[in-house]
Amino acid sequence: MIEAVFFYVFATVLVLSAIGVITARNPVHSVLFLILAFFNAAGLFVMLGAEFIAMIMVIVYVGAVAVLFLFVVMMLDINFAELRKGMMKHAPVGALVGFALLAEFTWMFKSWSPSSAALNGVAQPIPDQAAISNTHALGEILYTQYVYLFQISGLILLVAMVGAITLTLRRRPDSRRQSVAGQISRRPEDVLKVEKITSGTGVF
Amino acid sequence: MQIGMAHFLVLSAILFTLGVFGIFLNRRNVIIILMSIELILLSVTINLVTFSSYLHDLTGQVFSMFILTVAAAEAAIGLAVLVSFFRNKSSIAVEDISSLKG
Repeated sequence: MIEAVFFYVFATVLVLSAIGVITARNPVHSVLFLILAFFNAAGLFVMLGAEFIAMIMVIVYVGAVAVLFLFVVMMLDINFAELRKGMMKHAPVGALVGFALLAEFTWMFKSWSPSSAALNGVAQPIPDQAAISNTHALGEILYTQYVYLFQISGLILLVAMVGAITLTLRRRPDSRRQSVAGQISRRPEDVLKVEKITSGTGVF
Repeated sequence: MQIGMAHFLVLSAILFTLGVFGIFLNRRNVIIILMSIELILLSVTINLVTFSSYLHDLTGQVFSMFILTVAAAEAAIGLAVLVSFFRNKSSIAVEDISSLKG
């Protein structure tokens, strides 16, 4: 009973905040609705027994991705009212596609049940939660069975970081940057001249 | 009342549909389109974790972590492209992104 109450609270707030994300007038509100959606999804993950994913959800999505969105929305001076023009023009097509998609999904999930082959062919059984915590169990297979995928996901993040930096870095001609290479390659003989001066005469 | 697999799956289907609808609704605003993609990825994650939980298989949770990684990378790159595009064109409307059409 209490499980159903929690599920419906989380699910309702999640769906309402998703609606808020796509319809909010102000994009800052959209980002805040997105954060609310992630929090509620984290609650659902805790209900499903996936505590580690729930915490990662809060830390990575709310702490990094949503803040990134917030930065960009606030940093760029965008005329959002102009962008919202013609929004209702596409709404009927979108609603049609959405209803078709939702009807198909619901129909499929209502009539579907896992086959016995899927139930018997479990690749990594979830250990008893009392003996081994979710995080511990995930770590045990993530760093052994899936270590290559783990490394590749690290590489993906590295490439994304380098890509984001190179895309946004610009050298402004008016900024007074330190030229480290120029400073290091400066030699005394290029810039210093020693003059022998006999007494009684000037340099020039 | 028992909360079963179908409840979570239908919830993720609703979220996915809202994400797709959001792309249709905000066809001009790239930032909202990126947020809709985040919603779609969130629904996929819910799907994977649900299957993982009800089939007692930990693999789904591992793969939902990989989805999270890719989603974070995609958001970072997408927003970087958006920022550099805005610097050049002073606009983020989708129909202005047509320089490659020639």
